[in-house]
Amino acid sequence: MNSSKTAWLLLSPTIVILIIVGLLPFLYVLYVGFFNWMPLGKNKEMEFINFGYNYRELVFDKFFIDSVWRSIRFAIVTLALELTLGFLLALSLLSSFPLKAFFRSVHTLPLVIAPIVVGAIFKLFLVQGLGPIPFLAKELFGFKLNYMSSEAQAFWTIVVMDVWHWTPFVTLTLLAGLSALPQDPYESAKIDGANNFQIFIYITIPMLVPVLIVVIFIRMMDSLKIVDEVWMLTAGGPGYSTRFTGIHIWKEVFEKRTYGYGSAMSVLYLYITIVICWILYSVMVSRGKANEDE
Amino acid sequence: MNKVLYKTFSVVIWSLFTIITLFPIYWMILVSTRTPVQLYGKPNLYPTFLEKIHWKNYTRPFVDGVFGDYLMNSIIVATSNALLVTVLAIMATYALSRYKIAAAETIFFWTMTNRMAPPAAFMLPLFLLFTLVFKYGDSNLFDTKIGLILLYCVFNLPFAIWLLKGIFDGIPKDLDEAMIVDGANLFTIISKLIVPLAAPGIAVTALLSFLFAWNEYLLAATLTSVYARTIPTGLSEFVTTTGTEWGTMAAVAVVSMLPALIFLALVQKYIVSGLTFGAVKG
Repeated sequence: MNSSKTAWLLLSPTIVILIIVGLLPFLYVLYVGFFNWMPLGKNKEMEFINFGYNYRELVFDKFFIDSVWRSIRFAIVTLALELTLGFLLALSLLSSFPLKAFFRSVHTLPLVIAPIVVGAIFKLFLVQGLGPIPFLAKELFGFKLNYMSSEAQAFWTIVVMDVWHWTPFVTLTLLAGLSALPQDPYESAKIDGANNFQIFIYITIPMLVPVLIVVIFIRMMDSLKIVDEVWMLTAGGPGYSTRFTGIHIWKEVFEKRTYGYGSAMSVLYLYITIVICWILYSVMVSRGKANEDE
Repeated sequence: MNKVLYKTFSVVIWSLFTIITLFPIYWMILVSTRTPVQLYGKPNLYPTFLEKIHWKNYTRPFVDGVFGDYLMNSIIVATSNALLVTVLAIMATYALSRYKIAAAETIFFWTMTNRMAPPAAFMLPLFLLFTLVFKYGDSNLFDTKIGLILLYCVFNLPFAIWLLKGIFDGIPKDLDEAMIVDGANLFTIISKLIVPLAAPGIAVTALLSFLFAWNEYLLAATLTSVYARTIPTGLSEFVTTTGTEWGTMAAVAVVSMLPALIFLALVQKYIVSGLTFGAVKG
């Protein structure tokens, strides 16, 4: 029996499916991005313009660029909050206290709930006239909480929702990293008379850098992708305050049916994600090298 | 003394976080048990008595309405996808684990990148391909369960292969060879040796694939219109909801959340490694 033939035979269904629904869409979107195509508008058929036209328009499209910056801002804000909170919680889980296993199990719960359901949960929780939170805010502090009428409140509501949904991921990942750290450096530091704060800054953080970078990487990618929860909660409004890139593309493409321009938008969105991914990756690699040199 | 203080502090902080986690979910369940009149005015946080539950919130969408069909579609899509992914992943992982393949690393890496990409960038090309390109006569992949089942492979296969690779690599090759000497063919080796030995890992793979397919919204919403709509897309029909529909919306959300709650107990240990793709040892 030809062994490499058998191997390819076993792999072939996987590869065929991934080509059809993974690679082909990518090539197709690159191709359509060079055309002018609006089935409901004046370009009913695909019409080739020139290679850069859609992209040149896109770079000067204020709404698209704004949505990208909004996404990046959102990713950085949520990352900072989740990382701080998750790190503190992970550190607290290293020592033992009553009911720890129960607390940790409940903490895992948000991770398995679908984003769209999280959106629904927060909608029921925060909507004016139903949710307990706007009611309490008004009764206790006289604060008018209505995420559908204030742009700032809408943005920060989404941030809170994201922190609620994904902090457990940061906590549990960092906990896994912390539990896997070698104990020797700690013992020698204690013998040398370092205090807890010094140990944390000079030993725990540097040793945890690889794990931290993985967490940052994954959370950045996920925040840049966000659509479902936001769509359910605010649908991108009020105004443009929560219109992140994914939602912007969705609204532009499926409401205005601008297939050519929408394709260019998708490609650029993908490109921006890849670039951010790549920057983080190079930081990760150079940091890894620096650690080896030490 | 210091230790007791620290323990008390930890318990207080974690109790607070537990309440923050559970309170919104608790409220959603409460809303799903009440009539519109009961929801009017001051929020009432006391649990509803079992005999007073307003079951109409559940029966109206799922029995009288179309949500029963959506639920059925979700079950069919998620189950078929989990089965398909598991079978294909077992085959592919066996090949990657047991044979020397020139491009193995490349294939592995390429499948990974499929998972990282933002789905919003792919909804337009997939929509166009499903409606205009992948068609035979009058039928196309748009608004079919088969389309969704195939599509979710893009996200689930890389993960499944990655998860199984570690397990398959841990099964000694001597066992395969012993079976070959006894005259077993490839199918027998996989079904009688690999699958029983890797059963727990395979179960986790299937459950997490199911969960992903069950939870996915964006692509299901763009690629279906009537016949293949799943529960998450049904839930999004409540986007513009006001007033009287809150109870129904909450009921639909509770039902969409159920599989997650059931599986949490089974796969809790693997959720984190699943989400990080094993980039962190844990």
